[in-house]
Amino acid sequence: MESLMAIVVGILYATALYMMLRRSIIKLVIGLILLSNAANLLIFTAGGMTPAAPPLVPEGMLQPEGLVADPLTQALILTAIVISFGVLAFAVVLIHRAYEVVKQDDMDMMKDTDR
Amino acid sequence: MMLTAVFAGFVLAALAPWLTARLGGRVGWLFALLPAAIFVWLAGYIPAIAAGESFYYHYPWIPGLDINLTFLLDGLSLLFGLLISGIGTFIMIYAGKYLDGHQYQGRFFLFLLAFMASMLGLVLSSNLIALFVFWELTSITSYMLIGFNHEDEKSRKSAQQGLYVTVGGGLALMTGLVTLAMVGGSYELVELLGSSEVVQEHALYLPILLLILLGTFTKSAQVPFHFWLPNAMAAPTPVSAYLHSATMVKAGVYLMARLHPTLGGTDTWMIVLGLFGAATMFTGSLMAIRSSGLKSVLAYSTVMALGTLTMLLGVGTPTAIAAAVTFLLAHSLYKGALFMTAGNITHETGHKDFRDVGGLRREMPVSTLFGGLAALSLAGILPFFGFIGKELMFEAVLEANTIGTLITLLALASGIMTVAAAAIVGLRPWFGVRKPTKHTPHDPPLAQLLGPGVLASLGLLLGLLPFIAERSVLSAAALAIAGEPVELKLSLWHGFNLPLLMSAISLLVGLTIYWKWDTVRELLQARRFIDTLGAERGYDAIMRALVVVSEWQTRVLQNGHLRYYILTTVMTLFALLAYTILTRYPVWPGVDFSGIELQHLVIAVLIVLAALVAVSTHSRLGAVATLGAVGFGVALMYVMFSAPDVGITQVLVETLTVILLVLVLFRLPGFLDLTEHSTRLRDAIVAVLMGGVFTLLLLMAIDVQFFPSISEYFIEHSYPSAHGRNIVNVILVDFRTLDTLGEIFVLALAAVGVYAMIKLRAEDRKEGDRP
Repeated sequence: MESLMAIVVGILYATALYMMLRRSIIKLVIGLILLSNAANLLIFTAGGMTPAAPPLVPEGMLQPEGLVADPLTQALILTAIVISFGVLAFAVVLIHRAYEVVKQDDMDMMKDTDR
Repeated sequence: MMLTAVFAGFVLAALAPWLTARLGGRVGWLFALLPAAIFVWLAGYIPAIAAGESFYYHYPWIPGLDINLTFLLDGLSLLFGLLISGIGTFIMIYAGKYLDGHQYQGRFFLFLLAFMASMLGLVLSSNLIALFVFWELTSITSYMLIGFNHEDEKSRKSAQQGLYVTVGGGLALMTGLVTLAMVGGSYELVELLGSSEVVQEHALYLPILLLILLGTFTKSAQVPFHFWLPNAMAAPTPVSAYLHSATMVKAGVYLMARLHPTLGGTDTWMIVLGLFGAATMFTGSLMAIRSSGLKSVLAYSTVMALGTLTMLLGVGTPTAIAAAVTFLLAHSLYKGALFMTAGNITHETGHKDFRDVGGLRREMPVSTLFGGLAALSLAGILPFFGFIGKELMFEAVLEANTIGTLITLLALASGIMTVAAAAIVGLRPWFGVRKPTKHTPHDPPLAQLLGPGVLASLGLLLGLLPFIAERSVLSAAALAIAGEPVELKLSLWHGFNLPLLMSAISLLVGLTIYWKWDTVRELLQARRFIDTLGAERGYDAIMRALVVVSEWQTRVLQNGHLRYYILTTVMTLFALLAYTILTRYPVWPGVDFSGIELQHLVIAVLIVLAALVAVSTHSRLGAVATLGAVGFGVALMYVMFSAPDVGITQVLVETLTVILLVLVLFRLPGFLDLTEHSTRLRDAIVAVLMGGVFTLLLLMAIDVQFFPSISEYFIEHSYPSAHGRNIVNVILVDFRTLDTLGEIFVLALAAVGVYAMIKLRAEDRKEGDRP
């Protein structure tokens, strides 16, 4: 299963990077969304994929019985998902605002102050 | 007491601007009290040190790294300390008057006092690291002082040049000193002085020697780095007199003398120091008579003196060391006096060139007397102290066995030209036809005459009574340099011998050159090729190349296109990762497709297809929908592989994302194809390469486990310690609470940002509404 996911992650990375290399600022945002999905899946897969064993402690026990999925990667991904949403929301509003001001989506036309 | 003496200068420097603003030019007398006090305090050590003692002070600084503020007071540091504080006293008084009323006089004293303290620290330090720190401080204060007239481009350029050359050498010096400490087993000079055998027989001896010499040669303006010193004359005259003649430039000489017991005495030492010193000596004296500026003649004659000192340290015989300390003292005395006198001439007449001044003796009789006395010592005329130094120098080069003939000839030649230079300095402005001047000259006030007067008179006094200098500090200094007692019997009359004959020849030929100076100078100046010698051209070329390279680099790296920044970053990451994977883990990772169930495969294919459509579609709605499909697909994966919390969060966030995109995206223009086909192909190749590397990396990561996972700890302690059954939640809100707090903070910040951007737009509109 991990081998299959490794391929999926690779493809997601490739599509994300391709979109981030576009001149259009909207495509950059699409690239960012794909990139965060790719990164999260990468962490998830690297921690090992365990079917049907969520990291929960059953009632009346001190520890889960037998093997459970790695809780640490899940905690990391949870944080990452929420933060990337915050960043995305900020970026999308910023782009919208920038478009209102400069009436331009092409980043080559928006770079005059970066010299 | 030692700490106070060294650091009082820095404290006073901090107060200098305030005091100067209160007191004006008179403040020079006040500031002079500090060096005077240090001089008196140091002089108190003379009897003990003359008797062969030395004093060691130890203050812990960074004991863990073996870096301490340790100070060593022996004959050599005493001699330098006395020169720095003694001449410093007169320079302070002189500068108070010379720059009286200058807008930045306070700033000037700040740098000058800080320099003095650094220089004292340099010559008194026993710890190599502390010594190096003070060394660099003198470079920096020197930079500030050369560039004091910072509105003048030439000043700025000269200051920069001095800084780059000396600090560049400083880098080499640091490497050399650290290596020396490693080889010698200590950062303490007192300990290194006794370990010459260990150091000299070590394989690293040659690198150590060359690196340290690179530092000292740049600092002490040895050929081919001598060019910065004459340019440093852009500084106000008190600076030229103090830093660039009497003290700072001698720091390199000091360090060579200091390390002579450890590093000196080998053939390499003799040849390198002897040759470079002699070449510098010759170049300096030749350039001195080729120039005509008041300060440039003196500056080049300083280069000559520094070369002579280096050469004598290279020769290293007892006579040579005796000659070095004598010459050092004599030079500091007359050169300080001459620079201050030259400053007086410029101050009074408004001219800066020997060709423009003449016959000033009637208007400036006292200056004539002091300038003449100092020049006689420079020329090495009986009975001045300079004569003793010169005799000893000739004696020393005559007994040098290695490369002796060559340096004897060079010494004679520069002796001749030094006499000519001394005549230019001592006769030209005062005698001959009275040339018209911009201002009406007269003798300057006491503050500007005191220094030249005292220093020049000392040159005569010590010449007549040389045993004073010999018994007080020179013997002890020679002892410190040689590492063993040196027979030092200074006397004016050595009988009729070869050195006396050489003195006589240099006097006669030198005066002849002076007689025909205008012709000689023009002849020399017509030889343009002399200007191209030395490393100044190399320096200029490096500076130009630096600008060209940084322009090019900025153009390439800071091109203003986000996608090229990303491209550069990604390609660098790709190269590093690929290199590591290929070299460290040549075994292809195992691929295992067993155990894949149909629903997993369907979702995986769905994610991949949706992502590909999102990339290639021209429809905005299509892009949003497929992005949603990717997100929900990933959420399903989480749910199926035991991460229900993550899955739920992903579904929520994905829903919000789609709503947000739909709301915003449709206010923006549709997709355009902005790039050409070939560019897209290039980007696609880069993207696929990078994606491939990530796949490979992940396949390897699954098989490799470098460290035991810390997850076990969380699983075991979740309920017993934190009383939570959902381990993921416990990690977030208990074990790693601070991280979660940070996350909340980031979200709040993003929310404030979003709100602000929407709010700002509203206000813009309101302003727009108003006429």
